[in-house]
Amino acid sequence: MDFDYQAMRTFADSWGLVYLMAIFLFVIVWIFRPGSQKHVDDAAQIPFKED
Amino acid sequence: MKNASWIVLVGAGAFLALLGAALGQDQLFRVHMGILTVVLLGSTAVLLRTAKFAPAGGAAATESQYFDNVVRYGAVATVAWGIVGFLVGVVVAAQLAWPQLNIEPWFNFGRMRPLHTSAVIFAFGGNALLATSFYVVQRTCRARLFGGDLAWFVFWGYQLFIVMAATGYLLGGSAGREYAEPEWYVDLWLTVVWVAYLLVFLGTLMKRKEPHIYVANWFYLAFIVTIAMLHVVNNLAMPVSFLGSKSYSLFAGVQDALTQWWYGHNAVGFFLTAGFLGMMYYFVPKQAGRPVYSYRLSIIHFWALIFLYIWAGPHHLHYTALPDWAQTLGMVFSIMLWMPSWGGMINGLMTLSGAWDKLRTDPILRMMVIAVAFYGMSTFEGPMMSIKAVNSLSHYTDWTIGHVHSGALGWVGMISFGAVYFLVPKLWGRQRLYSLRMVNWHFWLATLGIVVYAAVMWVAGIQQGLMWREYNDQGFLVYSFAESVAAMHPYYVLRTLGGLLYLVGGLIMAFNIYMTIRGKLRDEIAMGEEAPQPVAAPAE
Repeated sequence: MDFDYQAMRTFADSWGLVYLMAIFLFVIVWIFRPGSQKHVDDAAQIPFKED
Repeated sequence: MKNASWIVLVGAGAFLALLGAALGQDQLFRVHMGILTVVLLGSTAVLLRTAKFAPAGGAAATESQYFDNVVRYGAVATVAWGIVGFLVGVVVAAQLAWPQLNIEPWFNFGRMRPLHTSAVIFAFGGNALLATSFYVVQRTCRARLFGGDLAWFVFWGYQLFIVMAATGYLLGGSAGREYAEPEWYVDLWLTVVWVAYLLVFLGTLMKRKEPHIYVANWFYLAFIVTIAMLHVVNNLAMPVSFLGSKSYSLFAGVQDALTQWWYGHNAVGFFLTAGFLGMMYYFVPKQAGRPVYSYRLSIIHFWALIFLYIWAGPHHLHYTALPDWAQTLGMVFSIMLWMPSWGGMINGLMTLSGAWDKLRTDPILRMMVIAVAFYGMSTFEGPMMSIKAVNSLSHYTDWTIGHVHSGALGWVGMISFGAVYFLVPKLWGRQRLYSLRMVNWHFWLATLGIVVYAAVMWVAGIQQGLMWREYNDQGFLVYSFAESVAAMHPYYVLRTLGGLLYLVGGLIMAFNIYMTIRGKLRDEIAMGEEAPQPVAAPAE
């Protein structure tokens, strides 16, 4: 396999950047999706289910 | 027979270590393998003495719901290694102030410094992370640890790594990579232990009864996975001999430097930050008795932190042979990191909203809150120091040392103390700690110690930086390097004092934990209450 430096950094600062940004934006949209309030409130209570 | 396979494995390991001691290519390797032989033989003897012979097919021991014994050992190891690490820290601080204390060859500063950093980061911090991650993942998944004895292997294997790393430094071995000084064979052993740790943690997540994976586990998992990656890549090296202690990095020149600081800064980001944030997201809500301020913010905190941290390493190489764009990239990402860091800090502090009064009566909560406050302070200071103009003054000075210690003593240390104080009474089934007033003493001694340490290092560092760049009107440097070293003496003495205060606080904690485990309760006035006034005797 050819580990050409220029090819790898070009991939990293184009598709790699898009990939990471897309995940991050998806997480933000997902966490604020309509109807998620109950889910996050339940999740926040998890530490109190067990002593 | 219980332990049978472990006895065979450890015994065989002792034999192999003996072969290494006999056939080693250099003196250091032979002595190091000799130490390993003694440790493994001792472990075999202990395993043999504790072996239980049960009739085949006998009643299987009933499994309690949670595997907490390894957490108990981890809590004790955290306290014990903490004392060792703080003590060595005070010694190296004193060595800088009074160079006569360098005792050649084993206890000179060059060998003691990695002993101090590894003892506090990997032995104290690492055991705190092991113990709390095993505790938290079981409670928040409502599942017993995966893998049975594998968790014991992780715990004891990790202690063996610590012992081998520490003795290797004192014998004079070093891979010469900051925070990754152990030589290749110790690195390989840590890799094995770490994979087992990942298996235990992931396995427990897989068999969870709670559908949602609580945010603390995300932080712990990011810590385990990223440290595995960082450790393996940073330590890629070629040993000079299969039975020799020396190895050389696979990278050369500036690539080696960048790999080193990609590792080094992410050790801060994922070992000393992500793992301990996992601790914060479980223990602060538990101690405050309130859920985290915003669960949504904790999710954004997580993803923003892990995506940004991994790029910040180049800020350690400002004004070096590293390409300029890479330096700027490291600086920009470091500054962006301020946002998730402060988001997390606000989330931790605001968890107390409506319960701030508890700070008056609960010194454990006070400890956790000051930890989060120091997290906020050092994650502001760090991005500021990563700015190239600031860095040109601060780099290579004691300001950096002060910054590291406000993060390590303030954030990592305090949140770990809080977690240990929370865990110990629960794990040993005690009604409360032996003494809450002693926790309060620990709190103030440690806080005062950090403030003295950090403030002194600011002054020392800025003075150093200014002395190094002071030109006279003819363009000559005003001070020689040795003059700037001599000027540091009073600061180094004061720094030793700050460390000593922190160590005394740690000793008070050790005593308190010891008495709690023994089941003692100190007869004392509850926090926030006044001593009863003696009733005035009626006049006759």
